[in-house]
Amino acid sequence: MLASSFASVPLTLFGLTLVTFLIGRVMPIDPIIAIAGDHAPPDVIAAVREQLGLDKPLLVQFWIYLVNLAHGDLGRSVMTSHPVTEDIAQYFPATLELATTAITIAIIIGIPLGVIAAARQGSRFDHAVRVVSLAGQSVPVFVLALLCLLVFYVKLGIAPGTGQLDVAYEGLVPRVTGMLVIDSVIAGDWDSFWDALAHLAQPALVLAYFSMAYITRMTRAFMIEALSGEYIITARAKGLSATRILWRHAFGNIAVRLVTVLALAYAGLLEGAVITETVFSWPGLGLYLTVSLLNADMNAVLGATLVVGLVYLVLNLLADLLYRLLDPRVA
Amino acid sequence: MSGVLSREWLLSETPASRAHAAWVRRYRGWLQFRANGLAMVGLVTVAIMIVASLAAPLLAWQNPSAQDLAGRLAPPSFAHWLGTDELGRDIYARILYGGRVTLGMVVAVVLLVAPIGLAVGSVAGYLGGLADRVLMRVTDVFLAFPRLVLALAFVAALKPGITSAIIAIALTAWPPYARLARADTLTVRGTDFIAAVRLTGATSGRIILRHIMPLCMSSVIVRMTLDMSGIILTAAALGFLGMGAQPPMPEWGTMIASSRAFILDQWWVPTIPGIAIFVASLAFNLLGDGMRDVLDPRQR
Repeated sequence: MLASSFASVPLTLFGLTLVTFLIGRVMPIDPIIAIAGDHAPPDVIAAVREQLGLDKPLLVQFWIYLVNLAHGDLGRSVMTSHPVTEDIAQYFPATLELATTAITIAIIIGIPLGVIAAARQGSRFDHAVRVVSLAGQSVPVFVLALLCLLVFYVKLGIAPGTGQLDVAYEGLVPRVTGMLVIDSVIAGDWDSFWDALAHLAQPALVLAYFSMAYITRMTRAFMIEALSGEYIITARAKGLSATRILWRHAFGNIAVRLVTVLALAYAGLLEGAVITETVFSWPGLGLYLTVSLLNADMNAVLGATLVVGLVYLVLNLLADLLYRLLDPRVA
Repeated sequence: MSGVLSREWLLSETPASRAHAAWVRRYRGWLQFRANGLAMVGLVTVAIMIVASLAAPLLAWQNPSAQDLAGRLAPPSFAHWLGTDELGRDIYARILYGGRVTLGMVVAVVLLVAPIGLAVGSVAGYLGGLADRVLMRVTDVFLAFPRLVLALAFVAALKPGITSAIIAIALTAWPPYARLARADTLTVRGTDFIAAVRLTGATSGRIILRHIMPLCMSSVIVRMTLDMSGIILTAAALGFLGMGAQPPMPEWGTMIASSRAFILDQWWVPTIPGIAIFVASLAFNLLGDGMRDVLDPRQR
């Protein structure tokens, strides 16, 4: 089983690159005209075509694409005129910072809610949790983000606006990890730290609600199943306290399965990040992707799509691995 | 003796025919579903949405694309129940017509996706071997992309618009159906009744179409209902990012995108379509949740 899940990785990777490559080839925007201009003479067009390798057969083009990819070359972004890999390295840490903060909040709130809801199945608390988490799965992230900005930034004035940092603090902290909250601690610049943290709070909370809904629902479902086990009856008969049974016996048994859920939730945050970052002007991969989309910058779009797909793949694999490592029953 | 479709007939312990047994099962399911208050709320809301969208020309007495620049961004009033947008168009009418676009997209995606996923999954599960491995690898590749990101890349390549959005969402939505159908197929593949059908000389195609696919339907239907809320959200997100329905079409996500600049002073203009998306998506979630409890208790 373990071997087969690893064997599928190169295949999936190949499929991933093939899909992005094909998307890039069917686009209605002619890359030649984009570079040479609308009224370029035929010999210039031919030259550009040759330079881009578009005169070669599709299979050869795909091979060249793969070779470039292996060298870490995703082409050049028309918009920033930097290599796409450099751009992604620039933008990715901010997404990582946002997603990690969000998943941490979601875990801290979501898991206890799910556990308690399962312990009091059918109670008012359980119904409330069900409604709150269903609402979290149903609310469009961009509406929630816009309303947050409206209420906390505009009306109440207790939260900062969009972006990663106030203009006043920009450029003060040297870039180490690209995650401003961490970089400002490294630099010992506490003013920047608090400002970065305040800017992080809103988008992180919006994203956290989005994945908390999923985590809570899965925790509750797993717990209900675990609590119906016969070993729970044994534990009760032994006279153990309800708290101990709940957390040690039942929760201990579902913890491994929850790890998989958490990894999937983390991967799902990538998707939410695209929209959240757009609304909050958070300089992450999602914002890069949407801005490139609007500028029809296909190299950048495909590069970002590929990277997101890769991260997604790695997280899924990690979930699989952890599950096998932690649960001795799965050989 | 009570008549057909009476309560006693529907709750009979000794059904007289296959059709009778099927009705008894359906009625029991309905009773169980009806006991779930939240699920009933979802069902009623979905029903209202469908009727309101179909009857949009009757319910909205204003043209959803008639502009009135003098009366733009008006607050809700008797003339305009939900106010007017940035071009003076009646928001109430646009929400109703927008429901047509959203529900239409959802139905189109589901009708494209469910048969494909069902076919891929049941064929892979029944035939096994090489066919299974190839089909499931293809499924894995599509599962490896986050839905919205792949859809965005597809739409960007195809040209923003409703058709592209439907195709893009469909391309990213079918793999889970294939997985589900395959799992269901594997559980029934080795059963005696399938062996009996095979002994009568039925072809693989017939077995899959007539005997396996019907058994996969209940989990597929549950998944479809729960998926609809995801499709609504993805369609709205595409519209919001300018990659879905294009203005002036009254699509909820697009309406939010074109009016988000006014959120500071006329907050209701982008908020109302936001509420519409939320209600639609929540209704399908509640409905799907209730249906899962009845049809497929394993899937919790």
